[in-house]
Amino acid sequence: MSQKNTLSNKRFMNWFRLSSPMTFYPVAGKLIPFFWVLAFLFGVAGLWVSFFVAPIDAVQGQGYRIIFIHVPTSWMSMFIYLVMAGWAGLGLVFNTRLSSMMAQALAPIGAWMAFMSLWTGAFWGKPMWGAWWVWDARLTSELILLFLYLGFIALQASIDNPRRADKAGAVLVLVGVVNVPIIYFSVKWWNTLHQGASISMTKAPAMAQTMLWGMLLMALALWMYSIAVALMRVQAIILERESHADWVRQLGEVKS
Amino acid sequence: MNALLGIIHRDLLLVMRRKSEVLTALFFFVIVTSLFPLGIGADGALLRKIAPGVIWVAALLSTLLGLQRIFSADYADGTLEQMVLSPQSFVLLVAGKIVAHWLVCGLPLVVLAPIIGIQFDMDAGSLKVLILALLLGTPVLSLIGSIGAALTLGVRGGSVLMSLIVLPLYIPVLIFGAGAVYANTVGLDISGHFSLLGALLILALAFVPWVSAVAVKIAIE
Repeated sequence: MSQKNTLSNKRFMNWFRLSSPMTFYPVAGKLIPFFWVLAFLFGVAGLWVSFFVAPIDAVQGQGYRIIFIHVPTSWMSMFIYLVMAGWAGLGLVFNTRLSSMMAQALAPIGAWMAFMSLWTGAFWGKPMWGAWWVWDARLTSELILLFLYLGFIALQASIDNPRRADKAGAVLVLVGVVNVPIIYFSVKWWNTLHQGASISMTKAPAMAQTMLWGMLLMALALWMYSIAVALMRVQAIILERESHADWVRQLGEVKS
Repeated sequence: MNALLGIIHRDLLLVMRRKSEVLTALFFFVIVTSLFPLGIGADGALLRKIAPGVIWVAALLSTLLGLQRIFSADYADGTLEQMVLSPQSFVLLVAGKIVAHWLVCGLPLVVLAPIIGIQFDMDAGSLKVLILALLLGTPVLSLIGSIGAALTLGVRGGSVLMSLIVLPLYIPVLIFGAGAVYANTVGLDISGHFSLLGALLILALAFVPWVSAVAVKIAIE
């Protein structure tokens, strides 16, 4: 019995050990190249499928191929917001510094994804709908998501005390997470034209299998890219915030 | 309950001692709405159509002007710390401050809106819907805004930052509030809009004072 306890304790300790910036820093350093390689492989495969394998769309011609970057960036922008809220919540509840740093590191990536989704959407909309921008539900909620990201980044940047910035940012992100569905449905209510969601969980996707593969591969590539960049940003944030600590001064990259 | 009434009374008294701040926000509301016909032209049909949106957006912005005042003076002179330390529930005190803000910045808008509406040539039925929608919606604005006010306490460029944080969260209220008036003018059913506004109000009433209290405590730490 007691042996079992120490065992599970050990396993816990292993996980919690990583929540200290000092132990996490070198681990992140080892993981970064791994995720870059994955991002590169998935990216090459995804681009190959989306440019050479996927068939030409009957209605939209070649122009539809922007979907392979547009849809994955939209997915990632929403997913990263949820992950960010998860980390921020963890940081608020358990008072772990690293969780808040993760949230801070993810915010600019998510904002970029939201921006890219809007930008590519505009390029897609011009030839297909004849307009760069229409006030429809999904475009508008994506825009509002970008505003939420910017609000979080601005709030964190303007509070000098990092601990307070972390907690204030966490409260804002959590309020945002509660609001995202409300905003989405309110905008949808008010909504106008847009093609329906092209992928749904309940019915078979209304597109060629290869197109779906292209989108999934691109989404995976962006996912790996996001993780790699997030880890790099976390490393930078750790160095910045822990610059007073001894172990940082001992690091090779800091000394030189 | 006494604490709640006490804090509302205190905040209202403070406002009465220096009326100019509140009146500025109200004049802002009147001036912004009067600018629209000047910019767009005096076409009656067009003005009637944009009136609900213009009045609601102006209401959003003028509520924003008063938000900073909910906590900032008390934060600067340390009163807020004493409130956190007091045996009364801090959430209740925060709720009282939000109610006081609504009485000062929200309720006057509800009273002023029909006058602005007449300037925009709205008919009596639409005015009634507008008043009711504002009555349900402005408390939500005060509630959500208090989170932004608490988060940006004592921060550089706090008021601009606050508008960046708060305005996206105001969007549902704007949509349903202006939507109710618009639906009424085109003869659609408005009960859905009012139910949703009511739902937003109940949701905000249940959770926001608590969130704002947490946010204030973070700022004080």
